[in-house]
Formats: sequence, C-alpha cells, structure tokens
Amino acid sequence: MESLMAYVVGILFAAAIYMMLRRSIVKLVIGLILLSNAANLLIFVVSGMTRGAPPLLPEGTNAPLGAIADPLPQALILTAIVIAFGVLAFAVVLIRRAYEVVGTDDLDQMKDTDT
Amino acid sequence: MNLELALPILIPLTAGAVSIALWRSVRYQRIIAVLATALLLAASVWLLRSTIDQGFLVMEMGSWPAPFSIVFVSDMLSAIMIVLTGIIGLAIAIYSLASTPKGHEKFGYYPLMHLLLAGVAGSFLTGDIFNLFVWFEVMLLASFALLTLGGERAQMEGAIKYVTLNLFSSAIFLSAVGLLYGTVGTLNMADIAQKVATIEDPGMITVISMMFMVSFGIKAAAFPLFFWLPASYHTPQVAVSALFAGLLTKVGVYALYRVFTLIFTQDVDYTHTILLWAAALTMLTGVLGAAAQFEFRRILSFHIVSQIGYMLLGLALFTPLAIIGGVFYIMHHILVKTNLFLISGITYRLLGSYDLKDLGGVYKERPLLALLFLIPALSLAGIPPLSGFFAKFVVIRAGLEAEAYVVTGIALLVGLLTLYSMIKIWAEVFWKKTPEHVTDLRRLRGEVKEKHNWAYFVPVIGLAACTVFIGLNGQPIYELAEMAAHQLLNPQLYIEAVLGAQQ
Repeated sequence: MESLMAYVVGILFAAAIYMMLRRSIVKLVIGLILLSNAANLLIFVVSGMTRGAPPLLPEGTNAPLGAIADPLPQALILTAIVIAFGVLAFAVVLIRRAYEVVGTDDLDQMKDTDT
Repeated sequence: MNLELALPILIPLTAGAVSIALWRSVRYQRIIAVLATALLLAASVWLLRSTIDQGFLVMEMGSWPAPFSIVFVSDMLSAIMIVLTGIIGLAIAIYSLASTPKGHEKFGYYPLMHLLLAGVAGSFLTGDIFNLFVWFEVMLLASFALLTLGGERAQMEGAIKYVTLNLFSSAIFLSAVGLLYGTVGTLNMADIAQKVATIEDPGMITVISMMFMVSFGIKAAAFPLFFWLPASYHTPQVAVSALFAGLLTKVGVYALYRVFTLIFTQDVDYTHTILLWAAALTMLTGVLGAAAQFEFRRILSFHIVSQIGYMLLGLALFTPLAIIGGVFYIMHHILVKTNLFLISGITYRLLGSYDLKDLGGVYKERPLLALLFLIPALSLAGIPPLSGFFAKFVVIRAGLEAEAYVVTGIALLVGLLTLYSMIKIWAEVFWKKTPEHVTDLRRLRGEVKEKHNWAYFVPVIGLAACTVFIGLNGQPIYELAEMAAHQLLNPQLYIEAVLGAQQ
C-alpha cells in the first residue's frame, strides 16, 4: 500500500510541475492545486499508514494496547488543506483579474515587470 | 505565563479584527493603525528587555507540556526581530496615513497590514515547525492581497510570479515538514533538534535540510531563487513596497538562521558550503542587476537581493563573529531598506515618477530631503560612521578570520558596486537638473498645500535617526547581536529552555 501511494505522490508532483511549466495561467493554477495535494498526500504516507486502529484508548487504560494510527498527520493535513483552499481561492480570483486586465492568458505575454 | 510573549501576536490580530469591524469608518481604522503599531513597538521592547534578563521565554499553548503542545519561544534573535517588526510597523502605519490612496483604504488596507504584521511576528516567535508554516501562510495571504490592492496591470503581472513562487516554496516547505515528521516523529523544533542528533542515517536529514534550504531560500530571495522579488516589489503602492522590503524576505532569512543553527548542524561542511556560495552569488547577481536598472524601486529591489547575500554569508561562515555580523546586518538592513523605499515614495509624490529619467533637481528645491536620502543610501553602501559600516565590517572581518578570501573579496566588491548604484540615484534624482519634459513642478517647489504632509517625513526622519544612532552607538547593538549569536551557536541552551521547563 505504501509503495503504491509513494508512486501516486510522485506522479502528482510530476504532473503538478509539468502543468506549472505550461504557458497558460489556468494550467499554472491547476499545477498549484496538484502540488498542494501532492504535499498533503506525502505527509499522510511518510508518517506511516495504519489500518483499522483508531487512536482511542479503551476505558480504564492510559496507554494504547497495540499499534494505533497516528492522529497528528491527519490534523496537519486538515490544516494544510484549509490553508491551501484559501490561498488557491485567491489564486483563482487573481488569474481571472489578470486575464481581464492583461487581456491574455499567456504567461509569455506577462513580462512587462521583468525588464 | 509570559504575557509579553503573546502580545506581539495578539495586538496586530486584535487590531486587524477591530479594523474589519469598523470597515466603513476609514478614520477609525487610521487611528487604530497608528495606536496598535505603537503598542506593538512598546510590547516588543518589553519582550526584548525580558529576554535579555531571562535568556529564553517559553510559553506552552493550553499548558500542555513541551513537545506535545505548540510552543512560543523568544530568544535574542526572535526578540530583536520582533522589535524591528514593531519599528517598521509603526513607521509604515504613519507613512500610510499620507501615502495610501483612498480606494485602498476603503478596501481593507489597514486590516491587511495588521494581519501581515501578525503573521511576521508569529513566524518569529513560534517554536513549532508546522506552526511556522501556518504563520508563513498567514503572512503570505495578507501580502498577496496587499500586493494586488489597486488591481493595475503591473500589479497583476507581478503578483502572478510572486504568488506562484511563494506557493511553490510553501509546498516544498510542507513536504519537508512531512518528511521530517516521518523521520523523527515530532514537530517541536527543540525536540526535533534533539532527535535529529541521534538519527543513524544522516543522509536523509541532509536531503530534508536541502528542501528547507530551497523553500526558505525562495522566501529570502537567495540566488538562484530570487526572480519573483524584482518582478513584483516595485508594483504595489509605496508603503506596501516598503513594508515588504523591510520584513518579508527577512522572515525567510530568520527561518534559515533558525533551522540551520538549531536543527541541521549534522553536516555543516556540506550544507553551509552550499549556503556560502549561494550567499556570494546572491550578493553579486543582486548588485549587478541593480546596476542595469533605471527605475528607483527596481534598483532598491535588486539591492534587497544583494543584501540578503551578506546575511546568508554570516550564517554560512558559521563562526561566532560571522553570526554576530549576520544578525547585526539584519538589524541595519531592515531599517535602511525600508527608509529608502519610503524616500522613493516622497520623490514620486513630488515629481510623479519612479523612473530616474523623469526625476531630477530635488536637491535644489529640497536639500533636507536630499540629506535624508544620503543617510540610508551611504549606510547601505557601508560608509562610516553609519550603521552599514559596522555591519559590513563585522561580516567581512569574520570572512577574513575564516579564511574565505574569495567570498570576502566578493563582499567588498559588492559594497563598492552598491555605492555606485546609490550614487547613480543621487546624481539622477537629486543632483541633475529637472528634465525639461517634466512640467508640473508645483509640488516640488512646495506650492501645493496638502493635508498630512508631516506623515511622510516623520517615519523617514525616525528611521534615519535609528541608522545614525546605530552608527554612533554600535557597542550596545553589537552586544545584542553577540547575545543572539551565543544562543544560536549553543542550541543546547534552546533545547533545555523549551524541553527542560517542565522537568
């Protein structure tokens, strides 16, 4: 399972970077979305995947009986998803405004501020 | 419970929330902006004093004991950075009273400014690596909105590069945090530092450290990752430029200082050699880029890049003197660079342009302003007795002592080229005659009476006074930097302060 997920993460990263290297700003944002998902999935995989062992203690004990799932990565991912959601919402509005103001979605046409 | 540790974050957050509640009343927002940043400055000085007295201040969220809770930690480096945040925040708030266009004020300029300051302060104070990511994002989101406020074409083009590269950097940061958590199983920086030292496979840690270096390198605008900075920093209105120039890249530098002194010291030969050459190339490309520019703020933007090189040089040499020099340099740079941007805003208002070709004759009409420009400009170039001289002197002396002659030579050359750029601005903006195609000289001659004119000059004079003060009074500032460097080079102190508090 973990090696399969590792491939998925790798493919997501590759696809994200491929999309970001395209000239269209829409594809750029799609690349950013994939990138944040890839990072989230990476956290999930590297911190170990445990099946069917919720991190709950039986009543009357104060230590887990066997191996349990680590609850922290899920909290991290949840936080990261919320942040990425906000940031990407901004990015989508930004490309819309940029398209309106500049009149093109081609990144190669948007280099007035580079020189 | 250390109240002073929470205040630098709570004050701007509260001020931001109250400003949003008073959305329709720009007047109250302006009053709150100045009051809250003044309070922030007062609280930051309190924090610095407590930190000097106690060495480390630690606060555990929800009173959970340290590696399990999120901790806020203030050591000397954090406290110094917080004080600088307070100074810059106050200067920008006052300057904004005069410079911010009405439309920007109506669309949430002040709440965003507070949010940005909260994000910056949070990044400096947190002792938890994931929490650092969260504060980075708070800061970034506020900066995105500030950068695009106004919605002009150049801003959109600049913002696309800024947003993309910063989000890319965040994704690398997040992946690196994930990998680090997978390796050591903790997020508390002190705890990570302790566990990293016991890892059997240092190769993996070096890989992770490189990911952190790339991520923070993008935020700090180090070579070869700086391209977003000169493409975007000159596009928003000038108070925003000045705020970004003073604080944002320095958060990246701070993060590099933090992780590469505390956590990733297992393979100094390898990691810090990369940092060393990155620092040298950052200095060189930044200053050469500036030499080719003829737009006031773009020249200054490229100089941010080259100055970042000096700070990284201090970290990369990794000797006590070099770290002192680096910290000193950060203090000097934040004050000076913000001030130069603020002055570029004043000449813009007088003559209506940032292009050196359309500026001129300011010295003849406004000699005092010319003098106010000379102080930070010469300080940036490192002319004694201003703050930049001592900052450069310590870094270069450390370079010579560490026998890194090539890099030190580059640092000296870059100092010379910085002087060239500053003289170029001086000659074009202040010294030469006003170009003939510029016809509207009423503002330059002071024939237009305007409200809030004082608000342009108070922060500029204040920051220039800080520069002169550091220059004439280097010893106490050097001692602060020395304390910071001592703590940074003995990570054991930090670890004991955070984890030992409960035992």
